[in-house]
Amino acid sequence: MTEPLLKMRGVEIEGRSDETWNPIINGVDLTLQRGEVLGLIGESGAGKSTMGLAAMGYTRDGVRISGGSVEFDGIDLLTASAAVKRDLLGKRIAYVAQSAAASFNPAHRLIDQHVEAPMQHGVMDRSESEEDGMELYRKLRLPNPDEIGFRYPHQVSGGQLQRAMTAMAMSCRPDLIIFDEPTTALDVTTQIEVLSAIRDIVTQFRTAAIYITHDLAVVAQMSDRIKVLLKGDEVETSDTRTMLDAPTQEYTKSLWAVRSFERPKKPAIATGAVPLVSIKNVDASYGTAKVLHDVSFDMHAGRTVAVVGESGSGKSTTARCITGLLPPTAGQILLEGETLPANYKKRSKDQLRQVQMIYQMADTALNPRMSIGQIIARPVQFYLGLTGAEKRKRVDQLLEQIELEPTEYYNRLPSELSGGQKQRIGIARALAAEPKFIICDEVTSALDQLVAEGILRLLADLQDDLGLTYMFITHDLATVRAIADEVVVMKDGRVVEQGPKAEMFKPPHHAYTDLLLSSVPEMDPDWLTNLLEERGVDNIGDAAVGKM
Amino acid sequence: MHTVLKIILQRLALGLITLLIVSVVIFVAVNMLPGDFAQAILGQGATEESVAAIRRDLGLDQPLVTRYFGWLAGVVQGDFGSSFASANAASFSGTSSGVTTVAQQIAPRFANTMFLAAVTAAFAVPLAVGLGVLAALYRNSVFDRAANIFTLTSISSPEFFLAYVLILFLAVLNPIFPSLSNIYDGMAFSERLNKSMLPALVLTLVVTAHMMRMTRAAIINLLASPYIEMARLKGMSPMRVIVKHALPNALAPIINVVALNLAYLITGVVVVEVVFVYPGIGQLFVDSVKTRDIPVVQACCMIFAAAYILLNLTADIMSILSNPRLRHPK
Repeated sequence: MTEPLLKMRGVEIEGRSDETWNPIINGVDLTLQRGEVLGLIGESGAGKSTMGLAAMGYTRDGVRISGGSVEFDGIDLLTASAAVKRDLLGKRIAYVAQSAAASFNPAHRLIDQHVEAPMQHGVMDRSESEEDGMELYRKLRLPNPDEIGFRYPHQVSGGQLQRAMTAMAMSCRPDLIIFDEPTTALDVTTQIEVLSAIRDIVTQFRTAAIYITHDLAVVAQMSDRIKVLLKGDEVETSDTRTMLDAPTQEYTKSLWAVRSFERPKKPAIATGAVPLVSIKNVDASYGTAKVLHDVSFDMHAGRTVAVVGESGSGKSTTARCITGLLPPTAGQILLEGETLPANYKKRSKDQLRQVQMIYQMADTALNPRMSIGQIIARPVQFYLGLTGAEKRKRVDQLLEQIELEPTEYYNRLPSELSGGQKQRIGIARALAAEPKFIICDEVTSALDQLVAEGILRLLADLQDDLGLTYMFITHDLATVRAIADEVVVMKDGRVVEQGPKAEMFKPPHHAYTDLLLSSVPEMDPDWLTNLLEERGVDNIGDAAVGKM
Repeated sequence: MHTVLKIILQRLALGLITLLIVSVVIFVAVNMLPGDFAQAILGQGATEESVAAIRRDLGLDQPLVTRYFGWLAGVVQGDFGSSFASANAASFSGTSSGVTTVAQQIAPRFANTMFLAAVTAAFAVPLAVGLGVLAALYRNSVFDRAANIFTLTSISSPEFFLAYVLILFLAVLNPIFPSLSNIYDGMAFSERLNKSMLPALVLTLVVTAHMMRMTRAAIINLLASPYIEMARLKGMSPMRVIVKHALPNALAPIINVVALNLAYLITGVVVVEVVFVYPGIGQLFVDSVKTRDIPVVQACCMIFAAAYILLNLTADIMSILSNPRLRHPK
């Protein structure tokens, strides 16, 4: 066997917090052959990105490589001088970041950023590199490849930027590219376009790659081999098919098992029952831009209605209309058959109490200066008028309901909690008002799969115990499958299809629902290949052009 | 460009309104000064009648509101009125040819002040931005600390002290520059520059620190951005990362601080002008306040206010233009 392209041995990495160095990676090995794609998976905090950056001999501020070796094509990156490393970076090792929107410099045009590395590294001159860039844009199926490079990053959509960034990484034809969660921030339909474009170009130029992600189905499409990390340790490594069919470690099996959670089917809604919340012909605008067009659907007591669609489809706007934060320009919101005032300021305290909300970013939705006890106690006091010992008792009860020990968590600050725990506090705060109806806005999309599953199970249990009704906003169809009773599909501010879950997942459906459903990656490593054949590659390119 | 134009017109309108409000404040404040021109010129032994006569001549006996609108009507037409002092001198000598308008009096002084500000800005702005970039590049190094200490020391010292120190070293011990900046009309440019050099240096020392620290902070603030990390991972040199990738995105706050300091160069130079006997608008202003020559005081105040508003407006517009999102809408 030939000498591997990248050889990392016993890599140890530490991060500084509060003046002490804590381990992030504890002696992990990694070997990558030329032209090979290695998938690196694990939950957040597993050290995937840190490991990926270490493969470039790079660490972020406050992080250091404290042991082991990183050898790229015979060059030891840990002892190499800064100048030697600078010569490799961009030219022979390239990086594709998670958020292309944040990783492109807002002050320069795409093509200027594209040609920077080839020009500075002396690989090509400007005109050669510009032409090559347009060629790469074409290969990556970007619309208007000859013209798109002359735009600024803010003028280009997220999916397009992600492909332009892949093109930029390719600009010097590197031997190795590190892909750091390149599709995590994208909608499912856009994700497919980016995935297939990346896969094609990596195969075409026989570029080796490390593909970092937390999405198992995605990694199954992209990689030859998979390495699983857990809290800075390697769990196991094997080729993709073996890993999917026969994982040997318990942890890997548990990752695979997450997708099996599903709620039992509820009985059909009685005919003539008054819906708990009813949205009737609602239009809404931001300024002069109309964003909701004649949206109508019902939500019945004790059930979960999933509202799905891509970003910008009007899901969250509908939620804002229901809460009264954004008064609709036309139409009505009914609660138990009674019309709610359009503006929340005109609603009675009891009406306000009945509709509560849980947010996507638990981080920003909790006041960082208030303790957990205070956060939950506020709605208890405001809506129910409880004070003193009674208030404390109710808060303790709520903490128990979300499976957090009251004595341990009551006085803690949000910053001392993990992402999943923070989301639980968000749930407790919504429950504190004793509502009938809770809007869950992408509550699991910022969480790892295992943690997200815990939250879904908790919400399901609470629904059974308290008879709650959920409006569940999500773009993740796996979540829909797990917990929804009814599904509403939205696109461009309109409801395109609605009905019971079983019917929605059964053909025939609306063309858009079909596109959404078929775009959800599956664990089968051949899924992407088959899907592309089915749709025809040109078709995907056209879909991309049409969407932009 | 449509949106940018709209924003600029909006700001311009706001600037005019601000100026109008400022004019009211100035007019009222100046009239609340104890004593008036008549009392100041005639001294303590003046009779009631002579004071009243001068007041009548100058229109000081009119009610405040009438005087304000009369004055405003003149200002809008570019007429700041006549200086009390010259009008008085003319009436004593019985002729009217000696009356100088306020505009005539201020114009040369203002030109001098603008000259000094321009010379200072030509030194200070490139120096401050350059030092700021280097301090960001070598942050927490000896150079960074030294630059910080030096600029902070100079901004913390009183201006007259800095002025005397420079005079001592650059005029007395080593006679390189003249210590008196008595420039006049018709002076050759090079000589004018030579005579203005010491006050310009003092002002440079005063304004550099603020701009340099803002440049440094604005750049360092951006160094944690993903696109800076991207530039590093593309193998770009540290200097290129800062100048090409960080600086263009840090322009807005830097431009604002530069504008603020340039405004200071026009409105805050009284002490330096006095020390170097530089015939600028600051000296004229102080003299006019002493003699209660109200038309001149008001005109100076309006010029100061206009300079502030105009420079801030320019800064706003330039920050807007430095944002590609506004220059190139979707």
